[in-house]
Order: sequence, then C-alpha cells, then structure tokens
Amino acid sequence: MAESSAPLPPAPSRKGRGSGAASPFLLREGVGGGVEAILALLVLAVLWVIPLAIPNAAFTDLVIRLSAMGLFATSLNLLVGTTGLVSFGHGMFYGFGAYSFALLMQDTSLPLWAAVLVSLAFSALLALLVGAVCIRLRTIYFAFVTLAMQMLLHSIILSWVSLTGGDQGLRGGIPRRFILGVDLSIPRNLYWASLVVLVAGLLLMRHVVASPFGTSLRMVRDNETRAAFLGITIWRAKLTVFVIAGVFAALGGMVMSLFVSGAYPELADWPLSGQAIFAIMLGGIGAFLGPLVGTLILLALNDLVTRATEYYGLALGLIILAFALGFRRGVMESVLVQARRRWPRVAGVRRG
Amino acid sequence: MDLNALAGCVSSSGCLVTQTSSGLIVGLLLFLVAAGLTLIFGVLKVVNFAHGTFYMLGAYFALSTYQFTGSYLAAVAAGCVGMGLFGIAFERFLISRAYGTNVLMQLLICYAVVLIFDDVVKMVWGADFQSMGMPPAFQVPPYFIAGGIVPPFYLVLIGVALAVALVLGVALAATRAGKIVRAAAVNPEMVSVLGINTTLLYALVFAVGGGLAGLAGALAAPVRSLTPGMGFSVLIESFIVTVIGGMGSIAGSLIAAILLGMIRSFGTIGFPLFTDELIFGFMIVVLITRPTGLFGREVV
Repeated sequence: MAESSAPLPPAPSRKGRGSGAASPFLLREGVGGGVEAILALLVLAVLWVIPLAIPNAAFTDLVIRLSAMGLFATSLNLLVGTTGLVSFGHGMFYGFGAYSFALLMQDTSLPLWAAVLVSLAFSALLALLVGAVCIRLRTIYFAFVTLAMQMLLHSIILSWVSLTGGDQGLRGGIPRRFILGVDLSIPRNLYWASLVVLVAGLLLMRHVVASPFGTSLRMVRDNETRAAFLGITIWRAKLTVFVIAGVFAALGGMVMSLFVSGAYPELADWPLSGQAIFAIMLGGIGAFLGPLVGTLILLALNDLVTRATEYYGLALGLIILAFALGFRRGVMESVLVQARRRWPRVAGVRRG
Repeated sequence: MDLNALAGCVSSSGCLVTQTSSGLIVGLLLFLVAAGLTLIFGVLKVVNFAHGTFYMLGAYFALSTYQFTGSYLAAVAAGCVGMGLFGIAFERFLISRAYGTNVLMQLLICYAVVLIFDDVVKMVWGADFQSMGMPPAFQVPPYFIAGGIVPPFYLVLIGVALAVALVLGVALAATRAGKIVRAAAVNPEMVSVLGINTTLLYALVFAVGGGLAGLAGALAAPVRSLTPGMGFSVLIESFIVTVIGGMGSIAGSLIAAILLGMIRSFGTIGFPLFTDELIFGFMIVVLITRPTGLFGREVV
C-alpha cells in the first residue's frame, strides 16, 4: 500500500504483459460495446444452428464443457491478466458454485433460476470473505493462500459427508431442470442454454474489463502506488474484482454441475486451478478471448491425451513444460500481435 | 467434536506423552520441508510449488534403496543426496528459465513438474499405497515415558530434525557461507559484483532445499504410507508453516511446524472430523492478526 511520503513512482514500463490495454474481439479500443455484442450474437447464431445441421454428441458435450471452463478461465483472467492478482485457488468458486447449486436443487424446492441466483449470492459472499483475507497479500502469498483456501473448501467437502456425500460426490442427479419451460436434461437444450450463459457471461465480463473500473484495475496492476496516488482505493478495487471473478467462476461451476448431474470433489480440487492457469497462459492473458481459446485448446488436448495414454499428468505436464519453456506467449496474444502488424487500423495500436 | 476426550487426554500423562511425541514427528517432518521452502524463497524469491514432489521422490528413493540394500542409513542418504541433485537439476534446467518473468511462469513450471512426477511415480512404483515398514534396527519395544508409548524411531527422527535445525541455524548465522546466503537474499547483484558466483549459489540453495525435503521423505517412509500425490498435502501444510512462522525465518518455521504438529495430533482426539479445518483456521487467524507471521519481520 502507498506511503504518503513516498515520491511519485515513475510511469510503468512493463514487458511481457502482451497488450496492456484490453484487447477485445480483435477490434480497436474505441469500438463500442454494440459492435461486439452484434459480433457475439453472430457467433452465437452460428453455434446455435450447428447441432441442428450436424447432430454430434461429442461436439455439444465439448461446447458445454467449454462454456463451463471458459467462464471459469475468463473470470480468472479478470484477476490475473487485468488486475495482476495471481490466484491459484480460483477453482474453489467453481467447485462452490457447482456444490451450492446442486445442493439447492436437491434439498430445496426452488426453481432453477432462483437456485442459480441464490447460489451466485452465496458465491459472492464466499468470495467477499476469502478476498477480505487474501487481497492485501503480496503476489506469491496471494497465490498460495488462495490455494490454501481452496484446499480448505476441498477438505470440508470431503469431510462433511452427510451434506456433500464426501468423496463419492453429490449423487442422485439434479431435479426440476427446467428454465423458461425448456428441459435442460436434454443434452441439446443444455447445449443452447450453456451457449447463452457463456456469451452473456463473456459480454458482462468484457463490460467489466472495458469499463472505467477495468481501467483502474489495469492501473492497479501496472503500478499500485501510482494508482493509489491517483485516488483509487486499492483494496476496494481488488476486492470488488475478486468478488466479480468469483461469481462468474461459480456460474461456470453451475453449468458443469448441470452437465455432470451433480457435483464431485474434483470440481473443487487444486488441479483444476492449475488447468485454468495453464489455459489462460496458453490463450494469452493479454487478450480478452485468450482464456476461452486456451480453454478450447486445453479441452481438446485433454481429450486427445486421455484417449492416447493413461498417464494423463505426465503428458499434460510435458506439454505445459514445452509451452512454458518454449513459447511463453499465448495463442491469442500472438494472433493480436500479428493482426496489429498487418492491419494496424482495424486491430488497433497498443496503448502506451 | 469430542472435547471430553481431549480433556481426558490432556489430564492423563500417558496420553499427553504419546500425543506430544506423534505431534512432534508430524511437526518436525513438516519443518524439514518448510525449512527448504523458506530458504529457497528467502534467497531466490521463488516459492517452489514443486517442493512436495521433492518430498515424495525422497520417500520413494529411500524405499527403493532400502529394498535393494537393506540398510536404512543408505536409504536416508539416497533420499537426501538424490533429492539434492534433483534440486540442482530442477533449478538449472527448469526454474532458472523463469527468473525475472512473472510468477505465473514459475507456477506453471512447478505445476507441470508436480503432474509429471506424480505420474512417473505411478509408472515406476505403482499407483497403490506402499510401505517401507520399520527397519529391523528400530523394531524394539517402545519406550514407556510417564505412561505414554514412544517408539524409538520417533526419538531418532526428532533428534535428526532438531540437529538439522541447529546446523541450519548456526550455518546461516555464523559461517561465511551463511553470510553469503543472507547477503544474496538482500542484494544478489551486489553479491555477484563482489565476485561470488550467484548462479552456483542458487543451484546450491536448491540442492540444500531439495536435500532437506528428500531427507524428510526418507525419514517419513517408515512411519507413513507412500502414495503418488503424497507430496501435495505436505506442500500445503509446509507453506502454512512458513506463513505462520514468518517467511524467511528458520526459527519461526521450527516453532510453527511444531505448533501445527500439535494441532494435528491433539486435534485428531478432540476434533477428529475437522483437523484440517483447524489448521487452515489457525493460518487465517494468524494472517489477519499478524500479517508478518508469528516470527517474521517482513509483511506478507
């Protein structure tokens, strides 16, 4: 935190962050949210009709999982890429969302939409509590204490057998899976619902990143002291984004809970947080859609690897090492850099 | 929750001794891992997320050496030296590539190493629980101290860990090498300008850290069951130890580790279902009330 007597630190000059500013759908900074929304709707429309044209269970399953993990990874990037808060325990909100939603559906008579809202509110509360403890910690401590918090949740899930089913997970399925009269137990309906959730979630998060609040988050990331001098209340900004990210991660967890018809301790376990970190690095933390692209690649890799070998960890670990030591720049960041070089007017020039 | 059992245990000297000794070995094993973690962090400002893997591999190295030679001493040496060398290789080939980049890259590399070696252990030693068994030298009747039962091996383990703590503390405080390490923690550029090979120093720090974790694994092998992934909970707990004790403080991590061991040991009697939660809760309370840790000077 800033000391009032310290001299004003120099302006930030950061390397390796990719683009400092938010880099949306390959569009220029100034382009309004309307264009993005239209673009998003176009993509949504295309994806909407695919299962009608080519029915393929593997494809719909992939998109549903992409929706869950993509929301999770993108929300993590609100912390990592936008604010510079490296959380290694973000999976706790994903798992908490899945469990709280599934429990509300099983143990209460709330309709689905109400269960989602109540569960989101609980997740926000959890994020507020965890964030209140963690946000003032320095980078590496933040990473580990968030991880420790996730392991705390995980051990509660494992030991509170009467509520959560322990290591067996929450079984018995999720009842009353109707929203607006649509039955989500039919895979294709769940596909459409999760598409809507994904696109809406991304647009909302994009709005956060592009808003003045998002700008102050980037300022906090680049130079905390300077941001404090300019009147940003650091803890409030960090805590707010922590809660927002937690809520969207929980939303992803709920999609997953619907997909697997329950909740399992693995959804709250640490490797998931590690995968999300890898996904956002793979796609590129400097691009808004980076985490989504990274998640897609990771999911495809997961499928390939599990089909090819039982030593999933070994194969994934080697891939991660190759990436970490070899490439370092995410896929979307590379695309953006290329695009800026070729079409500087469309893709927008990096903000200084 | 069973507070009566806890009160009953605390008021009986036999139970008190038994639980204290098992708390001590839990704590001191954690200390050995945490000491390496805090040393590496102090000098390199890297939190070695793969440190639990060192511990796990140390235990498995010891297991194989013990099965091959029949000598527990050789097993401990293999775990310790093997992981020291592993630490050097890990530092040179992997983590040194991430110096000067952001924390994400370090986390990612360590995450990959954890995944890889959990699977390597599965391939080489199998996915099932394995146990080394108590070496014959320690298969003697336990000591009865004030009515409590203390296996002789516990005393050896406690002795070795305390000796390590003492050597480490004295070496850091009073030797030339210790001075260099402390100086490098404060200002590595200046140390390097003064003609000290910091590249070598970093590798050696990782060797010591890895060796300590390997030693802990080898010492744990007779009293713990071995399983792939056994390092992770140890990693989390030893990190909690360094947070509670204060990052960079060896004495702090010793005391915090023993505290944690006691919480675990007495917690299993009083609160068998949520001992883990007790430990996390303790960490959270310390973080809120004393952000520097109990003995550290640096705010986390």
